[in-house]
Amino acid sequence: MGKRTIIPFGPQHPVLPEPIHLDLVIEDETVVEAIPSIGFIHRGLEKLVEKKEYTEMVYVIERVCGICSFGHGWGYCAAVEGAMDIQVPRRAEYLRTIWHELSRIHSHLLWLGLLADGFGFESLFMHTWKIRETILDILEKTTGGRVIFSVCKVGGVRKDVDAATLKEIDEILAKIRREIEELKEVFLEDDSIKNRLCGVGYLSKEDAIELCAVGPMARASGVRLDMRLNGDGAYGELDFEPVVATEGDCYGRTKVRIYEVLQSIDLIHQAIAQIPEGELSVPVSGPATGEFMARIEQPRGEAYYYAKGNGTKFLERMRVRTPTNMNIPALVKTLQGCDLADVPMLVLTIDPCISCTER
Amino acid sequence: MKQNIINGKNFVPVASSELVEKLTDLKADGYRLGQICATKVSEGFEIIYSMDKDHSLLNLKLTIPEEEEIMSVTGIYWAAFIYENEMQDLFGVKIKHMALNYGGHFFKVSEPTPWNPKK
Amino acid sequence: MFVSKISKLVLRSLFKKPATLMYPVVPRVWEERTRGHIGIVEEDCILCGICMRKCPTNCITVDRNKRKWIIERMQCIQCGCCVEVCPKQCLTMEQTYTTPETFKVVDTHDIPAPPPKAAPAAPAAPAAEAPKAEAPTA
Repeated sequence: MGKRTIIPFGPQHPVLPEPIHLDLVIEDETVVEAIPSIGFIHRGLEKLVEKKEYTEMVYVIERVCGICSFGHGWGYCAAVEGAMDIQVPRRAEYLRTIWHELSRIHSHLLWLGLLADGFGFESLFMHTWKIRETILDILEKTTGGRVIFSVCKVGGVRKDVDAATLKEIDEILAKIRREIEELKEVFLEDDSIKNRLCGVGYLSKEDAIELCAVGPMARASGVRLDMRLNGDGAYGELDFEPVVATEGDCYGRTKVRIYEVLQSIDLIHQAIAQIPEGELSVPVSGPATGEFMARIEQPRGEAYYYAKGNGTKFLERMRVRTPTNMNIPALVKTLQGCDLADVPMLVLTIDPCISCTER
Repeated sequence: MKQNIINGKNFVPVASSELVEKLTDLKADGYRLGQICATKVSEGFEIIYSMDKDHSLLNLKLTIPEEEEIMSVTGIYWAAFIYENEMQDLFGVKIKHMALNYGGHFFKVSEPTPWNPKK
Repeated sequence: MFVSKISKLVLRSLFKKPATLMYPVVPRVWEERTRGHIGIVEEDCILCGICMRKCPTNCITVDRNKRKWIIERMQCIQCGCCVEVCPKQCLTMEQTYTTPETFKVVDTHDIPAPPPKAAPAAPAAPAAEAPKAEAPTA
């Protein structure tokens, strides 16, 4: 048995977008055990339900995370609408779906750029983020903000997108599709990238089910798990089949995310072709009653939103369970047995969004 | 869409003595753990265990008085240690036989059980 | 020789112009819906205080006695709730962002008093009678 040392990883590290701390127990360059420790960015946002009315709380929940911001806004509104039995008009559902898929594209492009930067491939990182800027410009044109949109409210959406802008979005996405196909070839076929990603951090299908992994982490190991199949929003009327890979290592997760970007572009084309006319929201008044558990497929996996009202205009409890929260045990398991030099890549492939985990 | 609305309101009460047995049955049936959430109510704590199978949801609701100690489910689902440590840190729920127990220091809060302040 | 798959893309970008703007020399083009900061048309404000009640961050203070409309710029999250609920539509969402400062900026706007209402009523009564008086003579 070799000598064991403990090396701290994080909270500050060049590959991490947000702070997480791991104590790695290593034995001659191989990681034997990893103990996670979080709590650097805990803001206690869920406790603010006692002070903000349920119509104003959406602005707080949106700001839980900057990358998955729209998903949180939609999930909160879905939970409160389910608890109070409010039916949202169909045009609002379609608009929410379009914005959510745009949000998914920008989140995955951000992750691909960070992955390239993680192993030093800076020019690929710059090319990926250049495409992401076009998506952020579309979001600014339709909602008013690049990162925080403030466009979802309990009962519907606040802003409309007219037909001319939708046609423009169609054309911009067709152009982006060609550029992403080019980048896909680089990410998946380049020899130096394959050297860093293949065989690293293998998670078998049984382990993925046992540890309850979610999102692309589970889909890359062969588990067909995607909340969009439930038919929330406009997904019930769109033709859609989740992307599943069987490799189970970092290369498989990269493959799943790139194909999901291309699939999201297809979904937006379909939604724009089918969007109906109609109202944008229904009026909501009165106290919040009932309880409901809503689920949304965020870019990182499935997220749970639990809202409980108690008859006043303040909610009694609001709970957000984000996908990274559920992927941390899977991360701890995949770290066992890998090389010390592969640890940053592995931590990046679960797509850590720690500000979501700690709220 | 309708199925999701029905499942979202599907809350089944369970007693603390039959909790471990029920979860073991569900795991053998193919359910996976979704999340564990605690709320402070006047009777004590209300803990919700969400289980998912093939995209359909089942919520188990457990109501316990504040002083009661409940059995950990990390023996059945190892990934539950995250939620149980969080409940212990923020609310002060007493849980025994946890597989990975941080002893109240998971979240590094400045005062103990901030969401359930002792008056 | 090792040629990476990205060589084609890199060679092409060598001969194209840069994708970035020379900001701040070249000014940025704002979109129409960009949520920058809140502006007010002071003459239309009636000091009803609805914007103060609806603001989720409580950054607006409406002082009826001193006739002032005060906004804390750094507390505002540019959500647009005040713009939607104002009954006189005197609040607007401007496009430029608040400039960064080293202190918490508080903007105070003085709302001018409305023109006195008594004056139009008095000339109206004799003005209504004057045409009537002149009509029979004309």
